[in-house]
Amino acid sequence: MRRQLLPLLAVVGLALAGPSLGIAQAIADHPLDYAPADIAYGAKLYGEQCVACHAATGDGVGGIDFKRGTFHSVVTDRDMSSVITGGVAGKGMPAFKLDPTEVTGLVAYIRNFNSVDRSTIKLGDAARGKAIFEGKGECGTCHRVNGVGPRSAPDLSDIGAVRSAASIQRTLTDPSSQMMPINRPVHIVTKDGKVINGRRLNEDTYSLQLMDDHENLVSLNKADLKEFVISTKSPMPAYKDRLSADELADLMSYLLALKGK
Amino acid sequence: MRRIIAATLAWLLLAASGLPATAQVSAERLVGAAKEPANWLTYSGAYNGQRYSALDQITPANVKNLKLQWVYQAAAQGGWQTSPLVVDGIMYITQRPNDVAALDAKTGRVFWIYHHTLDPTQIVCCGANNRGLAILDGTLFMGTLDAHVVAIDAKTGRPLWNTKVADSKSGYSITLAPLVVKDKVIIGVGGGEYGIRGFIAAYDAKTGKEAWRFNTIPAPGEPGSETWKPCPPPTSSKTFCDPDAWKHGGAPVWITGSYDPELNLTYWGVGNPGPDFNIDQRPGDNLYTDSVVALDPDTGKLKWHYQFTQQDKHDYDAVQVPVLADITWKGAPLKAMLWANRNGFFYVLDRVTGRFLLGKPFVKVNWASGFDKTGRPIQLPQPTGEPVYPGDHGGTNWYSPSYSPHAKLFYIPAWENYTSLNAVVSPADYKPGRGFEGGVPGAPAVVPGAPGLSGLGARAPVNTWTEVAGNGAVIAIDPLTGEKKWRYYMSDVTESGILTTASDLLFTGGREGYFQALDARDGSLLWKLNLGAGIMNGPITYEVDGKQYVAVIAGLSLSVFGVE
Repeated sequence: MRRQLLPLLAVVGLALAGPSLGIAQAIADHPLDYAPADIAYGAKLYGEQCVACHAATGDGVGGIDFKRGTFHSVVTDRDMSSVITGGVAGKGMPAFKLDPTEVTGLVAYIRNFNSVDRSTIKLGDAARGKAIFEGKGECGTCHRVNGVGPRSAPDLSDIGAVRSAASIQRTLTDPSSQMMPINRPVHIVTKDGKVINGRRLNEDTYSLQLMDDHENLVSLNKADLKEFVISTKSPMPAYKDRLSADELADLMSYLLALKGK
Repeated sequence: MRRIIAATLAWLLLAASGLPATAQVSAERLVGAAKEPANWLTYSGAYNGQRYSALDQITPANVKNLKLQWVYQAAAQGGWQTSPLVVDGIMYITQRPNDVAALDAKTGRVFWIYHHTLDPTQIVCCGANNRGLAILDGTLFMGTLDAHVVAIDAKTGRPLWNTKVADSKSGYSITLAPLVVKDKVIIGVGGGEYGIRGFIAAYDAKTGKEAWRFNTIPAPGEPGSETWKPCPPPTSSKTFCDPDAWKHGGAPVWITGSYDPELNLTYWGVGNPGPDFNIDQRPGDNLYTDSVVALDPDTGKLKWHYQFTQQDKHDYDAVQVPVLADITWKGAPLKAMLWANRNGFFYVLDRVTGRFLLGKPFVKVNWASGFDKTGRPIQLPQPTGEPVYPGDHGGTNWYSPSYSPHAKLFYIPAWENYTSLNAVVSPADYKPGRGFEGGVPGAPAVVPGAPGLSGLGARAPVNTWTEVAGNGAVIAIDPLTGEKKWRYYMSDVTESGILTTASDLLFTGGREGYFQALDARDGSLLWKLNLGAGIMNGPITYEVDGKQYVAVIAGLSLSVFGVE
């Protein structure tokens, strides 16, 4: 995972509790482990889903203390994910129906419980984020959500369930770094001179399937092509300087709320 | 060709390439589907249910040159009953349990796959079957095993809406391909072995909101409710009659209907009454089980019905595709409905009024001796332990027949000389989601003292049933007389539908795994290939870039052929 430093903390709107107990310190302690965006998202979910039993202090259930890292059976992060989504029979821990984005966030937060003051974490506003998506951010000019918008870029209807908060945040600041290889833009000139630009959907040794920039599903034999260029650079702009930190936090909240149908 | 992986994007600034956007499948295109044979726009290819194509590039003369073009393999085990759609070079299929895939119809390569997550409590009697999709504009529609209807963006495979139709825990499911009429998506529900109360319902294609629902069993007081009679005084402690039989009397609908745009009527075949085999439990004719119903597609109002089998005790579902044909009947034009029923009779009905015009057995029949003047079959109950013809899987079943307006013949995938014993009945106690069959039919012992033949599905690849327990056939019927024009014998039975074309070709399969091309005029075999597994449902044909293809599913393989 890529190391993210202070500028990105501002991006998700995290306010630091103090120089010694803040997320910066947590990252310094576990530099490669958990992204602040995931920790922040997990902290929000903890307040919604976990706090009733585990308490704000993390020690509400006997024998478990998140601050000290004391668990009944959990050793690895995968163990923790299994307990969250599978529950613990007979111990009162229900199986939570959470998507991978949420589980990633919760694990990140619980692993950093001791270093993060949940009360000081400020998250963006999803409704404002939606307005930015459709307005100033111009995201809706390429992306589609719940049947609205063009199909030229990947559909984001369930992006908040399939990508971690940290991955979404990195996409906003460095789109090419997070672009799935299959989604790469392709530029084609056929032997009879036709120019086709689009997004790759599938490829094999002899053929290529894509969504062209007129939203047609197109299948091509490579033998019929004169030119075939696959770009590793995402056509999406970087938003670091286009939107303010608060606006990016709002946009993040909106994208994280897109859970699909 | 140069293949480059580039880090620059200068070419994205190039002007639009000028390709036309893919046309949308409008409601008008669906009405005219038969006039654009390059595409296969509905379950049966057109609203008339004929599974007939005007394509004629593949002919009786060149069919011997058919060559495999591509194969698509399903990932999930189990019978694969889907009938693909093809729209402007793209094929849309369903695969188990409720996935949808978009393929390039020329190469079989995949554009996208949609996965539907099923409710784990869903129940179906006979496997995770799904028979296909409907399309309107740019949206695909699928019914699911957990009784939802899902709308999917045909370009991206993304769900647009998802409407719960019924409670799957109580045995409701959807396995048929929906039928789109105008702006509505029409479906029916399966579950006839679980004591459901069946229905046909329509949903707004844009929103998924239910527009109407026609219950295939009338409630007390509604027309037809008199056919669910009050219980007589018990004659013995062994008889059991259910005063609320209509509430879980079955009448499922699990095969796609047809539509006549001129008459603005949609026709649907209704399945068996429940419990399947115990008639004491449900006195009366049990409308609209084993019937065809003609509905107004705008309102769901019943225009007419015809019941093929009253108070059925042999599981003779009328779940066949209603085939609509315009023929000359006794010198006058007739809007006919042609129907080979599971009960072994071939019917001609007037589809304007539902009037019975002809009924003739196409296989051996002994449960009825014929018809009275009104077209009601005269039942001839066989004693318990005696063979009933046809057996409980029918003289034919859900697999699509075909009508060729070119050859003027109707083609039936048939089970000949196939029988089962009258069921040993027992009271069925209704519990939601539990089997509700009221008995078990038996197979006759073909060798005295030896174990009986095992059930359905036990024949291929080794045909243990042999000719003793019946055989498969394609039967060509002249609809004007009900007489057999020709018959093509198959050693094992068939679950394959039939496709005919304007070049007088007939394509079909069977449980043996042969994909066969017959001459539609005389039934002679022109070409065959062993695909190695049973063929279910009907082949389709389409054209891309001037080349005709034929697609068929055998086992887990969707194979597509063309003439080289």
